[in-house]
Amino acid sequence: MALEALEAALPRATAARAPAPRMRWGRPVIYALLTLFALFYLMPVYVLVINGLKSFQEVSLSRMWEWPTSFSLASFAKASGKLAPNFLNSVKLVIPATLVTAMLGSINGYILAKWKFRGADVLFPFLLFGMFIPYQSILIPLVQFLQRAGDALGLALYGSIPGLALVHIVYGIPITTLIFRNYYAAVPTDLVEAGRIDGAGLVGIYRHIVLPISLPAFVVVLIWQFTAVWNEFLFAVTITNNPAQQPITVALQNLAGSQIVEWNVQMAGALLAALPTLLVYIFLGRYFLRGLLAGALKG
Amino acid sequence: MTRISFDRVLAVAVLIPSLVAVGIFVYGFIGWTAYVSLSNWNSFLPDLSFAGLQNYVNLFQTFRFQADLRNTLIFTVVFLVACLAIGFLLAVLLDQRIRGESVFRNIFLFPMAISFIVTGVAWQWLLNPSTGVNLLLERAGLGALRSGWFTDPKIAIYSVVLAATWQLSGFTMAMYLAGLRGIPEELHEAARVDGASEWQLYRHVIIPLLYPVTLSAVIVLGHISLKIFDLVFAMTGSGPAFSTDVPGVFMFETTFRGNRFAEGAGIATIMLLLVAGLIVPYLWYGTRAEAGR
Repeated sequence: MALEALEAALPRATAARAPAPRMRWGRPVIYALLTLFALFYLMPVYVLVINGLKSFQEVSLSRMWEWPTSFSLASFAKASGKLAPNFLNSVKLVIPATLVTAMLGSINGYILAKWKFRGADVLFPFLLFGMFIPYQSILIPLVQFLQRAGDALGLALYGSIPGLALVHIVYGIPITTLIFRNYYAAVPTDLVEAGRIDGAGLVGIYRHIVLPISLPAFVVVLIWQFTAVWNEFLFAVTITNNPAQQPITVALQNLAGSQIVEWNVQMAGALLAALPTLLVYIFLGRYFLRGLLAGALKG
Repeated sequence: MTRISFDRVLAVAVLIPSLVAVGIFVYGFIGWTAYVSLSNWNSFLPDLSFAGLQNYVNLFQTFRFQADLRNTLIFTVVFLVACLAIGFLLAVLLDQRIRGESVFRNIFLFPMAISFIVTGVAWQWLLNPSTGVNLLLERAGLGALRSGWFTDPKIAIYSVVLAATWQLSGFTMAMYLAGLRGIPEELHEAARVDGASEWQLYRHVIIPLLYPVTLSAVIVLGHISLKIFDLVFAMTGSGPAFSTDVPGVFMFETTFRGNRFAEGAGIATIMLLLVAGLIVPYLWYGTRAEAGR
């Protein structure tokens, strides 16, 4: 499987290479090209930051690239005034959606890797298919289901953060199961056998042998799921129609679509919305890359 | 019952809630969507009477949906080629014993951590014809290259491709870099001893060896572009004369703004078929190869 070839190469992606092939073009050309591309990737961030930091008098479309003469946090204050409740909604969404899915993925992955039953290999691709589907293809029944089930149970599922969290948990199962299954597949079966000889059963082996060595996989899965849920838009905009319950991506989209909000406020808002995942990227970048490549099957 | 057989039953029992959830929320819901697409439910009130393929016939005759399919094709092809080319180039450059490699790598990859909505907001201003990139081109004396970007129906879709490539080409770079690092150094040496030029080495040894990486990248990027929604929605919407419209946006607006549920279900079903055409062979051959080991 192509994915496995990729995963085999995983640890090497961040490892420095010993001798590398020598290019005939000179070193300056290589550095010049890399710098040019770096400027391209940094360009939007530059624009967001400097215009977010300009005072309202100084903001003008014809001076977009100019450095501010004085720094002002006014547009950040205004953007966070508008987005703070939604930022909090995203926090409330992302915590359960990340933790519960990681737990489920770990248990499923353990069973599929170490307690294979007849038919498990057939089931697995059917499970995986769930993470590739365009979610438009389940959206209409999903809304109907959340409305009916919410009514039947007396809970607000449609239009609420808990309902949206439930949706992220269910559709997060395939990717987290995949990552844990591949991680546990590499755990020597001898370890599990040793546990069995010591009289441990399915639960005992998981608790005392498998779970204690699962931290690296948990880190990858938590980062992956956190980023995916924080950034998600389609479920959010469809399921939370009430502005008070909307996560940050939907609120930012509304802010940017508004004709009366100044564009520097939009830029400050975009930065605020990007901040948590950017911080995760900056501080846990290594694991982030592993998550991306391990989750390479998903987009 | 012995311990082992009890555990075997328990193993299946533990897995069942997840399997049932995926069974209902993925396969059950897909089935229901397909069923709705064959109905007359094109107003606010549900009407599930059978309409045959009428919704599909209508869709394929609509100018907007024809534009969507054309845009999806252009978007997918240009986006894939751009990401693969840039990603490969950057990976090869980074593999040349570069000083500050991790700094460059992090700069190329960070857009991946950001929401498509943030990307859309940023690029909407960068490609705004009266400022942003146009202003930069003018200052650089390249005023002739100024463009209407997403306001010009002829090139609007390429503006969205530009933003999408900004976001995901670094990811392709990371995949290729992992692949390059997996190729043993002895191969380079052997090719050099045989008198192969750098160009021949890449053309005949390295690029073929990276085929699995390329395949993975095509699958990942391809299924993203076939179902792209957020970026277009935040950056341009449908664009002038539907020049940046895609099935994802059409489906959302038809269904949840226009209450034409059956037609929306039809668009969703076509999107699913497009993605399945890419993914199912991949999963099929992938699991068969795994079983054969």
